[in-house]
Amino acid sequence: MYIIIALVALVFVVLTGIVIARLQNVLKSVTPSESADAEPSGNRWNGALFIVILIVGAVTITWSYLHAREFFLPTASSVHGRRTDDLFWFSMGILTIPFILVNFLIFFFAWKYQHKKNHRASFYPDNHKLELIWTIIPAIVMALLVFTGWKAWSDITADAPRDAEVIEITGKQFNWIVRYPGVNDNKLGDYNFKLIDAQNEVGIDLSDENSFDDFTNPSEMHIPVNRPVLLKIRARDVLHSVFIPHMRVKMDAVPGMPTKFWFVPDKTTADMRAELNNPNFDYEIACTEICGQGHFSMKMRLIVEDEASYKKWCAEQKTFLETYPEYLAKVPENLKAKAMKYVPAEAASPADTSATSVGSGAVTSSLR
Amino acid sequence: MSAIEGLETAHHHHEVEHEHHHEEQNFWQKYIFCEDHKVIAKQYLITGILWAVIGISMSVIFRIQLGLPDSNLSWLKPVLGGWISDSGKLDPNFYLALVTMHGTIMVFFVLTAGLSGTFSNFLIPLQIGARDMASGFMNMLSYWFFFLASVIMFVSLFLQAGPAAGGWVIYPPLSALPQAHPGSGMGMTLWLVSMALFIVSQLLGGINYITTVINLRTRGMSFDRLPLTIWSFLITAVLGLISFPVLLSSVLLLIFDRHFGTSFYLSDIYINGEALPNVGGSPILFQHLFWFLGHPEVYIVLLPGLGITSEVIATNARKPIFGYRAMIASMLGIAFLAFIVWAHHMFVTGMNPFLGSVFMFLTLIIAVPSAVKGFNYITTLWKGNIVFTPGMLFSIGLVSLFVSGGLTGIILGNSALDIQLHDTYFVVAHFHLVMGAASAFGLFAGVYHWFPKMFGRMMNTTLGQIHFWFTFVGIYLIFIPMHYVGIAGFPRRYYQFTSYDFTHKFMDMNMFISVAAIFSFLAQFIFLWNFFYSIFKGKRAPQNPWRSNTLEWTAPIVPGHGNWDGEIPAVYRWSYDYSKPGAKEDFIPQNIPYSQTLESNLPHENELISTEKVIESQNFNDQFKSSH
Repeated sequence: MYIIIALVALVFVVLTGIVIARLQNVLKSVTPSESADAEPSGNRWNGALFIVILIVGAVTITWSYLHAREFFLPTASSVHGRRTDDLFWFSMGILTIPFILVNFLIFFFAWKYQHKKNHRASFYPDNHKLELIWTIIPAIVMALLVFTGWKAWSDITADAPRDAEVIEITGKQFNWIVRYPGVNDNKLGDYNFKLIDAQNEVGIDLSDENSFDDFTNPSEMHIPVNRPVLLKIRARDVLHSVFIPHMRVKMDAVPGMPTKFWFVPDKTTADMRAELNNPNFDYEIACTEICGQGHFSMKMRLIVEDEASYKKWCAEQKTFLETYPEYLAKVPENLKAKAMKYVPAEAASPADTSATSVGSGAVTSSLR
Repeated sequence: MSAIEGLETAHHHHEVEHEHHHEEQNFWQKYIFCEDHKVIAKQYLITGILWAVIGISMSVIFRIQLGLPDSNLSWLKPVLGGWISDSGKLDPNFYLALVTMHGTIMVFFVLTAGLSGTFSNFLIPLQIGARDMASGFMNMLSYWFFFLASVIMFVSLFLQAGPAAGGWVIYPPLSALPQAHPGSGMGMTLWLVSMALFIVSQLLGGINYITTVINLRTRGMSFDRLPLTIWSFLITAVLGLISFPVLLSSVLLLIFDRHFGTSFYLSDIYINGEALPNVGGSPILFQHLFWFLGHPEVYIVLLPGLGITSEVIATNARKPIFGYRAMIASMLGIAFLAFIVWAHHMFVTGMNPFLGSVFMFLTLIIAVPSAVKGFNYITTLWKGNIVFTPGMLFSIGLVSLFVSGGLTGIILGNSALDIQLHDTYFVVAHFHLVMGAASAFGLFAGVYHWFPKMFGRMMNTTLGQIHFWFTFVGIYLIFIPMHYVGIAGFPRRYYQFTSYDFTHKFMDMNMFISVAAIFSFLAQFIFLWNFFYSIFKGKRAPQNPWRSNTLEWTAPIVPGHGNWDGEIPAVYRWSYDYSKPGAKEDFIPQNIPYSQTLESNLPHENELISTEKVIESQNFNDQFKSSH
């Protein structure tokens, strides 16, 4: 249907053009040739339009802003996010002043000083004082904005507090995988991209004992509320970018160069559901760096919960070794005993044999 | 009329024989492999317009996809073939290709080649008083390299796997690995080859512009008498000359990574079931190299527009440009700062946060010279006697767009705020206003203003005015709502917004933006019709239709090879003596000596009368007079 409207509009526009052009030609042949002081063609209605557009524009922009506001993201759910929110609206507030002022002057002057008969423009080529004023005022305003922005930026990008909950998030075409340091040692094990395979999606290095209790999740990330969370960000194939809109978190995931971002979430999913009166609300993680066909749907659910339920959830997760006991074969002999703890008892013995046959090729390549 | 008197002085030594005029040129020499800057300018302009039609059509297609996601696109099947599924849906891979090609085409082929290529070529010799460019042959090569780049880019649109699709910034590893995306195969190869040729074209052109401005100015055309257009073209050319080679190097390294197994940008990659052998490279390196061009590129696109605007606003406000020297200083300032702000595109790429703070400081400084320019334009309008020619309307529109779009840049240049807004529609709205639309307005202003000089005919004024209002209103209708969508966190380059709850809103707003985009697109046909119709059927242009001061209007209505019959005029004053108190007319062209305008001279200008003899006796760089 829109296509038809578009085509009709096109025809209409072209026809209008032709008619106007014809009319112009007719008028041109009637009116005597222009002298220097004649009213320039169309000057009056163009001048008037500047005022009309100025007023209509001011009304529409105000109205559309008020209308759009309800669809903006709600106030940030993280401590630094509320700070940048405030800074954003503060800067927007300041910038609205020159936006209105400058556009008003442009439109108003265009209308006010349109061509008048027997009138001459004033010869006013420069004024150093004026120039100085409008060099210095923007400079001062900029300095103010830079300073507030710089303070916020250095705090946000400062090193994470020691007690931060460390979680690794890895981007791949086209989903995110999170890895937790595990409930026992609370340390992320090493990784190596050469160890990646269909099951070991993030390349966990099982020759590091810290990785024995690590667990991964390809669909949701849980984080505790009111505690700093440090995301260690990686990419497996191409660039991705971790974007948690409600937390005001964004950081690229770069293959070969781990990045990080820490923040303090202070509203649980349940809080937000109550606040927004929306029982289906969920925090989401998205990708904001073009990564291929599925870029628009790299969604991961984020659940913010209180410390107790978070701990409970972590404890319920099966460690990587528990899910894939055959990887026990990749654990060096001297650490086997430690690793056995994480392997389900009934799977331990048969898996041991099967792993040697199934995964032998992978083992040799990884140990190389 | 003083302008006529000036012409007569210029015609004093009229009958000088020029050997050049004897040989008749055949069709190929005259219109195809032509070395005349005016023809090359027109070639650039027409090619640029064709590219603009393609590039903007692409944006309309993906705007339909975004704003009217349920529409059936089967009607595009004759053009897009297999990229439209049987159910009438756009292929997601081709969506990315469209976004990528729209960016590439509009930034490089339309607003760099189409704008700089057209007006630097056309105006530099005519406004500084030269017979032609310093090297006509290099100038011709510049166009034909651009043409070759165009052909290759155009061919890539028809590849089975589609053209390049990694975004116009072609960040590796996506662009380096054919297995990562169909657009990273042959499409990317052609993109890289095309851009390499494009860069060669830009360098050939840029060297020529710089040399011409420095060496071939006519008698008396000192740097402080150059029109601001020429200043802007000169600075643009310098920017291009310094930054384009860096893009070439980044493109070359990418070609190495793609075809010769190097690892400049690749490290630790596991894709399609295999771990690649590349280690030690850095994708961030590419981003640094790319944006070292990419940011100056913004000003390469914008400065010519600002230069054109300065000239058109002064002429049609019938006032001298306010703060001529401040305008030059701010352009120089912008040009310098343009080279040291590139990493503000990279705040959240994992770059060291300290670097982020440094680049934030430098970025926000650039707002100061930009603000100076904005205020100076407004003061030029103040107490003017404004004639709303289409060129003038587009120039006024440019100032408004430049300021409105520039202000949100202050938000984005702030690294703390950029965390949330980076790669959202806020960025898209920002740069489309300040660099896309503003530069396009510069292009329109230039075309409307210099069309009489290019083709000896006038474009229809009323159609031009209607075109302006439709476009101006259309642009704001598209991009103001787009800021709202950005504040709501909508990421760019998304095929559709249905996958997330946080983007599951603003359906009507996105539809509105798309309808406004289609409306603005259709409005451009008014221009196309006016342009092509007027080339053949427009009203004959008078010698100086806008009663302007610059030298090009002293040349014949349709300047031949060598631009001026007889001697090149000498220049005695700056180009902004509009509405000078005491003068008979409200303009005094640059070639009128002070000795003829005693009634309007300022005290210090009377002293300059004694220098006129010196100016006249100068060696005047006439290429036709020097031996070959």
